[in-house]
This record gives sequence, C-alpha cells and structure tokens, in this order.
Amino acid sequence: MPSLPPIRPEDEAAARTLPQGTGAFDAVAELEPGILFNTLLRLGDDSLILGQRLSEWTGHAPSVEVDLSLANMALDLIGQATLFLNAAGKAEGQGRDGDKLAFHRDVLDFTNCLLVEQPNGDFAQTMARQFLFSTWQKLLFERLIGSSDARISAVAEKAVKEVTYHQELSAEWVIRLGDGTEESHRRMANGIDWMWRFVPELFEMDEVADAAIARGLFTDLAALRSEYDRIVGAVLTEAKLDIPTDQRPILGGRRGHHSEHLGHLLCTMQFLPRTYPDAVW
Amino acid sequence: MAVAEVHFRENRSLRAKSRSASPHKRVSTSLDTSGIWDVLAQVLDPEVPVVSVVELGIVRSVTAETVTITPTYTGCPATEVIERDIRAALDAAGYRSVRIETALSPAWTTDWITPEGRIKLHAYGIAPPVPRGAAVACPQCGSSDTVEISRFGATACKSLWRCRSCAEPFDLFKCH
Repeated sequence: MPSLPPIRPEDEAAARTLPQGTGAFDAVAELEPGILFNTLLRLGDDSLILGQRLSEWTGHAPSVEVDLSLANMALDLIGQATLFLNAAGKAEGQGRDGDKLAFHRDVLDFTNCLLVEQPNGDFAQTMARQFLFSTWQKLLFERLIGSSDARISAVAEKAVKEVTYHQELSAEWVIRLGDGTEESHRRMANGIDWMWRFVPELFEMDEVADAAIARGLFTDLAALRSEYDRIVGAVLTEAKLDIPTDQRPILGGRRGHHSEHLGHLLCTMQFLPRTYPDAVW
Repeated sequence: MAVAEVHFRENRSLRAKSRSASPHKRVSTSLDTSGIWDVLAQVLDPEVPVVSVVELGIVRSVTAETVTITPTYTGCPATEVIERDIRAALDAAGYRSVRIETALSPAWTTDWITPEGRIKLHAYGIAPPVPRGAAVACPQCGSSDTVEISRFGATACKSLWRCRSCAEPFDLFKCH
C-alpha cells in the first residue's frame, strides 16, 4: 500500500468549507461563506446535542420537579439549535434546513464540543456537565449579542436569559450536592472530575473562530477563560469541592473528532427521520 | 384538535360580530389595522387559554400587510401553535393577504404583558410575574408567605410555588 501524504490542519479547514461537488482548488474562494455556516453550525450543534442528552432524563429524574427542570432546559436548547441550524442552512445556500442538518449528517460532520456529548451518568454528573457548559454559554452569548450577524445577535439576546436560568440552577445543584452528604459530595466530585478534561476545548481558538472574529461574527473565546475560572472557582469552593488541577485536555469536537458516545446519541436521535425520510408530525 | 375547534368557533362568531358592527366596506389603513388587532385580541395562548396573544405581548406590531410576533421562549412548543392559530383567525376574518413575521429582537420580556393580562393570569390561578426576589402573593388566598418548589414548572414560562398559608401549590409566571 502506498502511504498517503499527511493531512494538514489547513487542508482540513479548506475541505470543510467545500460545498459538495466542488474541487479542492476552489477552496480559497469558498472560505468566506463557509465561515458564517461553520460558526452557526458549531453554536447549533452544541445546543442540539446537549438538548438531546438532557431529554434522555425525561421520565427518569429523581423527582418530578427535577424532571421538569431538565425537560425545560432541553427544550430551550433545542429551540436555540433550531434557530442556529436553520440560519446555518440559509448561510450555506445548499437547500438544507435545520432538520436536514440535525437528522441527516453523520457523526464526523458534527462540530459540537466534546463536553455536551458526554453521557448523563448519574444526576450529579449531568449537573456537573450543565454547570460547566452553561457558565461558558452564558459568557459566550453575552458577547455574541454584539455580533455583526443580525441572526446570531438576536438568538444570543433571546437565549441569554434562558441560559442564565440554566447556569443558576446547575450552580445551585453543584453546591447542594457538593456540600451535602458524604455520598452526594463523592458523586459530584466524580462528575466534575469526569467533565473537567473537556473544559479547555470550550476556549480553543482555530482558523474558523479567527476568521469569524475578523468578520465581527464571533468573539475571542480564550478571553472568556479568566472570568469563567473565577465563576466556576467560586461555586466549587462554596460546594466544598476541589478546583481540579489541569488534566490533559481532550480536543477535537470542532473538527469532527468525537468520543464514542456521540454516535450512540445520533443513532437514537436520527433513527426515525432516516428510516422514514418523509415522516412529518 | 380541541384548540383548533375552539378557535374556529370563536373566529366565526367574531367575524359575524365585526360584520354587524361595521357594515361599511373597509377603506382606510387605520381601520384595517384596528380590525386586525380585534382579531388578534381573540386569539388565546394555547397554554394559558385566558389571555390573548396581544395581552401576553406576543404581537409586536401590526400593519395592513404584516403582523409581527415574537416567541416568548426560544424552545416554547406553543410558538408554532400560536402562529397557526393567528393564521387561522386572520384567514377566517378575511385577512388572507396579511403576512405573519417573527422577530426575535428585541427579546420578549414579561414587562410586555398588559395590565389586563396580569389580572387575567391572577384570576386563572397563575401569579403574574414579579421582579426576582420580590414577594410572590398566592393567587388563591393572597398570602405572601410563599416558597419556590421548582424553578421550572409545567411550561418554560412558569415556576412552581407553594403557599404556606393555604398550603396550595400554584404557578408563578416567571419574570423574564
């Protein structure tokens, strides 16, 4: 077997922006419209995958009030995903809408961060994930209100109010369980421990994010980290939990390199629309 | 299904009413707009079927060509039903050419619920929104000795509360 040349990051970026049926040499010309599409896709995929994860709790939560809160957060996130992915489809201009993007892409084409696809585990692990994600999403959306893209700005302005609730609710659970019984403390510590290695990816910058910032669409993620650490640190301290020392970060979700868990999630989520492609409610 | 039927009946009676009230042919734009507002005032929220979409602040503006609405919550499943109900009501009242547009910005806030809407919510047993941290009065007995049970209630717009005086649970329309 002849060995293939290595795939460089810039090749990956160029290939990503290609519409179907376009040759590789057209990549540069196609980069610009691809930036808005990819920016919207990342935002939409984060919300979609976490919304689907949370909905797995429906009917299984520890109490009816908790069940309601998880289902409501899932609804908010799926609402965000619908808006972002519909806008992504328009930006792409290939006739795909939000449903097409959600239900008819394969796992390698999803650009969500790895944190949101992590399994629910127990309730503490779910709340640890929610707290680490919603704290970041709130900081992000507060800045995206200033996006040059009217659609991103409007969704961020609308959703930031909902995300504020998610952040407060999950922070309260982190504190209640962390500063609770010996067992609840152990479970929350394990939940934070599971999720922490996926936090650095939230602040990772790459060529898509840089290009989006250059067009005024997006914000510098790395600049959010100090405020994020301050908020997370204060909550973990109140919860009598150790602030994790840096582990080796796991990256790659934005480039389609996912954990095994995402494929299983998509299996459940996409089964019906793929088996019966014209099915409607 | 039941919701659609209820609205259909209301719309027909409304149409009959508006015919008898204004037998003249509509000519001026302002008259058309007030007619559209009258139609919208009869379209009820599917989740809280005592307040209209106008009283909830969902209708943002009306022109002779366009009705602009805004969703309350991003993922509120009632949003599509509301748009469908408004469409049906406009069609039934003869406003087939009036478009419905959705605007996300400025984002909907509970400040847009009208005073009449707040009174109707209270009468329906839902405490109207108050600024966070302010005392929440029980819609059953009026006591302020109340406690939040769950920040998320039966729908995205409500949280679940309990009155310590009369021991009844109730919904609070969340300040948003």
